[in-house]
This record gives sequence, C-alpha cells and structure tokens, in this order.
Amino acid sequence: MSTVKVPIGPQHPALKEPINFTIEIEGEQVVDAKVRIGYNHRGIEKACELRTYVRDIYLLERVCGICSHSHTTTFTQGVEELLDEDVPRRGLYIRTIVCELERLHSHMLWLGVAGHEIGFDTLLHYTWRDRELVMDFLEMISGNRVNYAMNTIGGVRRDISKDLIPTLKKGMDTFRERCEYYLKLCSEEPTVLERTQGVGVLPTHMARKLGAVGPTVRASAVDMDCRKDDPCAAYDEVPFEVCTWDSCDVFARVAVRILEMIQSCNMIQWMLDHLPKDEIRLKLKRRVPEGEVLSRYEAPRGELIHYIKSNGTDKPERVKVRTPTLANWPSVEYMLKGCYIADVPIIVASIDPCISCTDRVTFVDVEKEKTWVWDSNQLRRYGIEFYKKKRW
Amino acid sequence: MAVLDKLVTWSRVKSPWVFHMNCGGCNACDIEVIAALMPRYDIERFGILLVGSPRHADVMIGTGTVTRQIAPRFKRLYEQMPEPKFVMAVGNCAISGGVFAGCYNVLEGLDKVVPVDIYIPGCPPKPEAIIDGVAKLLAKLQGG
Repeated sequence: MSTVKVPIGPQHPALKEPINFTIEIEGEQVVDAKVRIGYNHRGIEKACELRTYVRDIYLLERVCGICSHSHTTTFTQGVEELLDEDVPRRGLYIRTIVCELERLHSHMLWLGVAGHEIGFDTLLHYTWRDRELVMDFLEMISGNRVNYAMNTIGGVRRDISKDLIPTLKKGMDTFRERCEYYLKLCSEEPTVLERTQGVGVLPTHMARKLGAVGPTVRASAVDMDCRKDDPCAAYDEVPFEVCTWDSCDVFARVAVRILEMIQSCNMIQWMLDHLPKDEIRLKLKRRVPEGEVLSRYEAPRGELIHYIKSNGTDKPERVKVRTPTLANWPSVEYMLKGCYIADVPIIVASIDPCISCTDRVTFVDVEKEKTWVWDSNQLRRYGIEFYKKKRW
Repeated sequence: MAVLDKLVTWSRVKSPWVFHMNCGGCNACDIEVIAALMPRYDIERFGILLVGSPRHADVMIGTGTVTRQIAPRFKRLYEQMPEPKFVMAVGNCAISGGVFAGCYNVLEGLDKVVPVDIYIPGCPPKPEAIIDGVAKLLAKLQGG
C-alpha cells in the first residue's frame, strides 16, 4: 500500500497553541512523523536584551502562561548566581512552595486534557474543578491566578501570612485525596486503560538517546529529576521521592504525573511546617557583574534551561531559553511512528506540549488525488469511534 | 419580516457559538478562557458553546499578540466565519501587543488584522472578566 501524507495544524487550537505536524500514514498506521514549529515565535530572547534584568522578569513570566513561575525561578536564580549573593531561606521556601503549587495545577490541567483526548470528558471536568482549588491558593498567596509575579532578583515579593498556613495545609489534604482517587480511577477504568496501555511506547534506551526530559523520561523508567540531581531553591532540604514508572507508555506518563502531584502535596505541607523565620528578599544592586551562567530547574514539563550572559551593565547581553517541550519533540516523532491515526492526539498530548495543535487536519490521498480537511474535534471523534468498532 | 428578524436575534443571543484562536499568546489567556467554560464558572449555562471550526462560529475569541507567521492564517479563519461575526480580543497582547509590543515578530494586536468588537484587558483577564465581556457582547447582539 502506498503511503499518504497528513498535515496536522497549524491552525486554531481549541486548548493549545499553533504547531504543524506532517504525518505519513499507510492505511491506519503512521509510518513517519515530522514536526514544524515557529508559529508562536515572538522574539522574546531579543526583547530580553533590550530591557533591564528587573523588566526581564516581567517579560519572561510571559514565555508560557502555565509554567510562568518556572521561567522566573530559573532566570532569577541565574542572576542571583551572577551577583554571587545568598537569598534568604524564607524567600527560597516561598519560591519553592509556589513552584510546587504550579506543578499541581499544571499536572491537573494535563490530566484533564489527556482525558479529553481519549474521549473521557468527565475526567476533564472533574480535574478542572479540582484545579480551581490550587488556583485559589495561588491567588491567596500572590494575588494572581496565572502570572503570579512572585519572584524577584534576591527572593520573592510577597510573604505567606500565618493565617493562611492552616487553610493551605487543609487544602493540600483535600487535593491529595483527589489525586489518590484519580490514581485509582485511571488504573481501574477500562476506558483509560484501553486507550493508554501499550500506546506511544518510548523504551528506556530511546528515551535516553533522544534526550527526553521531565515526566516523559521518568515514565520510561529513567530516574532523572533536576530537583534531585542539581537542587535549586529549597529542594536540597525538602524530602521527596522521584517518581518513575517502567511501562514506558502513555499510561506510565499518566501515573507518573499523578504520583508527582501526591509528592508535591506532601512537599508543600512539609515546607509550610518548616518555614524559616528570616527575610523574604534581599535588595540587590541593579548592575550585574560580567559573566555567564547556565541555570536549570525542573519545570512541570521537564528540565528548563536559561543561559544568561552579562556584560557588566543593567541589561543582559544574551538570554537563551531551552524549554522542556522542545527537548521532547524528537521523542514524539519516535512515538508516533507505527501508531494508529486514532492515537495521534493522545500521544502528542502525552508529553504535555506547551505549543501544540491537532486541530486542523488535511488528509491527502495520493492515489485518488483527493484532499479533505479534519479539525481536531473530528480527529478526536474518529479516534473514539475507531476504538468503539475495534472493541465490538 | 420584523418577526423573523426578532426570532433570529433571539436565537443568536440564546446560543452564541464561540471559536477560540491563539494568535501567538503565552497560553495564560487560553487557559483562563477554558477555565471560564469549566465547572466553576461554566459559561455553557448561558448557551455558549466552544466549537472547533470557524465555519460554525458566531464569535471568535482571539488571544495573544499576532505573530507574523500566524497573521495570514488568522485573517483566513476570520473570513471563513459566517456573517454576522464578532471578535473578542482577550488580554493585553490581543489589544495592543502588551508586553511583546516592539518585538520584531509581532503585529501588536488583533485589530491590526481584523475588526474587533469587544476588548477585555488583563494579563491574563480573570474568567469573571471574560464572562463580563461575553455578557456585554450578548447585549450588543440584542441591540442590533
């Protein structure tokens, strides 16, 4: 049978951002996949060079609206290293608490999206309802729901008041209960198991070879976590386990993310119990001495890297951002090869892409020279129908 | 004829279908738009339905500053919508370019490409603000 090329994207994302995939299919199976990015290129790195370090924090927070705190954490700790200053412990603890709250809301959001892609919309609505709990806490702490503006060079900008601590701790209990419920649900519910087990397999040696990061690599049984390997902020003091799973498929990625959420709840409670009493921030000078630094942090999607080069003024000479999603694209290409068309949405979603779209699909049949267009809803529906037929 | 017009307006106000388009934003406005559709805020109770195709939509919700690569596609999607059509610009980027104003690859706002009916400021606007914007748009629909 001859192969057929299927371009997916870049237009209109229902949940996600624009990207283009070209998928080559043979009957039902995908034989090759290519990713094209750049629809969301805004020129942030160049803009960073034109602004001062303090204004860059505001800008870098808006690289991504979901891991906004991760970007500022990585950037500020890089600048703090260039300045060679120690940030007060309380500041670091609060920074870490917000980091973990962000991980909670990001993973919860992802779980909902994964549920949506496999046609399990009840899960989407459940998880997004529970996610609002974390959004409320973030709003209580920082005053904002999405871009928290917590980080600054030398610490954080807002303190966590004494009255808030019991509410937060109680909330984390509730949230952990929900996570345990989702873990039970996902490992018992046939709808989830049938669509995730054995789908999008990324073997351990390939995960290492392709340089996958974050929950994607941990779901391939590789014990790699920046928080453990190269601890930043308060991660060297907080007890936690690196969650891995060895089935290497989409189900493993679901399990790893839920387990990580449970760990994060425990970490937040531990940090609230052991919050140091000193200052939250240190006033640092605006001029940064000459030098360069590579700053790493484990964002919800994986290892995030900022490279900052300073020339002794109050503006950086170069800022380079390497996001985890970029590191995971080669793995997606590998996972898509040999899968069914029906599984494309969930496989692409399984790495939790920050820029993505399976929304507008053009099918080109080479033999009949016919073109037809599908949007993501149709593709998703096709996937659900395909599995219904397969089962009966 | 007047009765028919009234009926059309009534049905349109009862159930406007929206189409969400990210023109190069940072995801923040997008997750807030989705949050507005989810159980806590649930704008679906006003009959508002998120659709995947511009051909089915009455209202386009645009987020993000328009990047040069997406601009022609955005325009094409707008042209695919049936008349009458409305555009909501959600977030500071969609209004004026926001924090990305002055970047080499952005056009600074949706209204540089297509006409915009409602502007919702905020970085990102809260779901309540988005719902308020939708309510104002519905009032506008009723008026004409």
